[in-house]
Amino acid sequence: MYIRRRRRIELLMKGLMITSLTVIVGVLVAIIVVILIRGGRALSLEMIFQTPKGGYYLGKGGGIANAIVGSLCLGFGAMFVSLFISLPVAFALQREYTNRTLAAVTKLALDILWGTPSIVYGAFGFVIMVFFGLHVSMLGGIIALSFLMLPIMTRAMDEIIRMVPVELKEISYSLGATKLETSVGVVFRQALPGIITGMMLAFGRGIGDAASILFTAGYTDFMPRSIFDPVASLPLAVFFQIGTPFPEVQQRAYAAALILLVIVLAVNLIARLLHHRLSRNIIR
Amino acid sequence: MTRRGVREFLATKTMRVAVYFVNSLVFLMIIGLLLKSRPILEQHTLWEMLSSDTWRPLRGQFGFFPFIVGTIEITLLSMALAVPPCLLAAIYLAEFARPRVRDALRVVIDLMAGIPSVVYGLFGVIIIVPMVREFGLLLGRHTTGYSLLAGGIILAIMVVPIITSVTTEVLLTVPVEARESTMALGATRWETVKHVVLKQGRQGVISAIVLGFARAFGETIAVMMVVGNVAKLPHSVFDPAYPLPALIANNYGEVMSIPLYDSALLFAALILLVVVGGFHLAAHLTLTRLRRGE
Repeated sequence: MYIRRRRRIELLMKGLMITSLTVIVGVLVAIIVVILIRGGRALSLEMIFQTPKGGYYLGKGGGIANAIVGSLCLGFGAMFVSLFISLPVAFALQREYTNRTLAAVTKLALDILWGTPSIVYGAFGFVIMVFFGLHVSMLGGIIALSFLMLPIMTRAMDEIIRMVPVELKEISYSLGATKLETSVGVVFRQALPGIITGMMLAFGRGIGDAASILFTAGYTDFMPRSIFDPVASLPLAVFFQIGTPFPEVQQRAYAAALILLVIVLAVNLIARLLHHRLSRNIIR
Repeated sequence: MTRRGVREFLATKTMRVAVYFVNSLVFLMIIGLLLKSRPILEQHTLWEMLSSDTWRPLRGQFGFFPFIVGTIEITLLSMALAVPPCLLAAIYLAEFARPRVRDALRVVIDLMAGIPSVVYGLFGVIIIVPMVREFGLLLGRHTTGYSLLAGGIILAIMVVPIITSVTTEVLLTVPVEARESTMALGATRWETVKHVVLKQGRQGVISAIVLGFARAFGETIAVMMVVGNVAKLPHSVFDPAYPLPALIANNYGEVMSIPLYDSALLFAALILLVVVGGFHLAAHLTLTRLRRGE
């Protein structure tokens, strides 16, 4: 009898676990399906290729090409800015460059930065802009976003770089190469797929973030022209359009969300596939 | 020095500078926000601002209490909704699922973490808010649906990926031997999990929950879209609330005309940074100790 009760508990718990997992995956599928269906209905070529015309927010013609281009500019801009900081940091975290204490402290700093809410990056970006006398602009958005991307990118790169076999480095050193030559010629080449993956993951996070660019990048109905002008972005396009009282405009929020979701999921999937594909040629 | 030596020297220095920059960034943010929020700290005491519940910026009254309570309540609600299913799902992934299924599902959960928060917010507006409204009517409560509960549900969905994936990772670090010996004594799989695996992984599981908590605490846009944004203490889960991040995001841009307003909002950002940073510090230290103890 006792055994049977224990088996029943086992079965019950297993049932609960499978239910939980199904619910979790189900919610994900529900989100994607809802956005696909609602967004698909509202999506048109006009949405993708035209900028808002007069009265767009009252339901008249036009599209959100400005937000698509703006988001891509912000995303790529911030990705390159943060690359210039994360790449040296990721290399510096190797044993040859940094002692264990500093490496541990840096990892702690990165973890805290990783968890810092994006609205705080927005606020800090704003403080910096005020300090340098900048106005709401693409540059401001890029600064705030690159802070947000920095920890994501560095952590991904560090993990990859640490997987490069020590033997390879030793061979390079024994041939008389310096630390830099080894890092660039051997480690960088080996870790390249991982570095690209890290960049793409950070890009995906950055392009979808709204809170950090809310008052650093601003919003405009025009195509981005210079980095000192305000720039539109997809997350804010969704946010502002759903906030209007007109159903026609709210429909367009769905379409904008669909475009954003497709970009983010595509970038994430490509990053993963690329990582898989390229790492096959790597010596382990 | 040779040319190679110079290049080497410069590269090493560049890396050093980058590392120091990253290490000082948290302090830079704290100092920057502190400097900007000093005007308000000079006029009001810290305790007064944290405990007062009158928010009338035009009259110079900045009581953060409703926002702090709103933030804490919505975070706790989302944790209550998210933690049990996340733990169960993680146990299944780590203990019961075949490696292939596990890997596939972990990819799905990782993808879920990548979905932009504004998309979660939109899902909330389309699906969750009407659901909450209907649910409220069922219980005889009149609500617009834009409420603490809707915010809690959206946040719960958003923290699922982080709690599940960290917990799974932690449970996978528990050595196989610990399981084998218990199962050899005749325990079922669930009993092994309950008495051995969860006990060994307890700290890691708590860290996973803390990480989720920190994420929920600072989330802005998605919550702001469904929570109603009314600066009053909510009395039930069907009432609207107004968490701190939403306060900052909603009011920036139009604050320059009101004295001390920007200072108050940057002070709110400082509170968020310090609280969330503290949580992450705790979780990081625990997780590092666990990983070192492997």
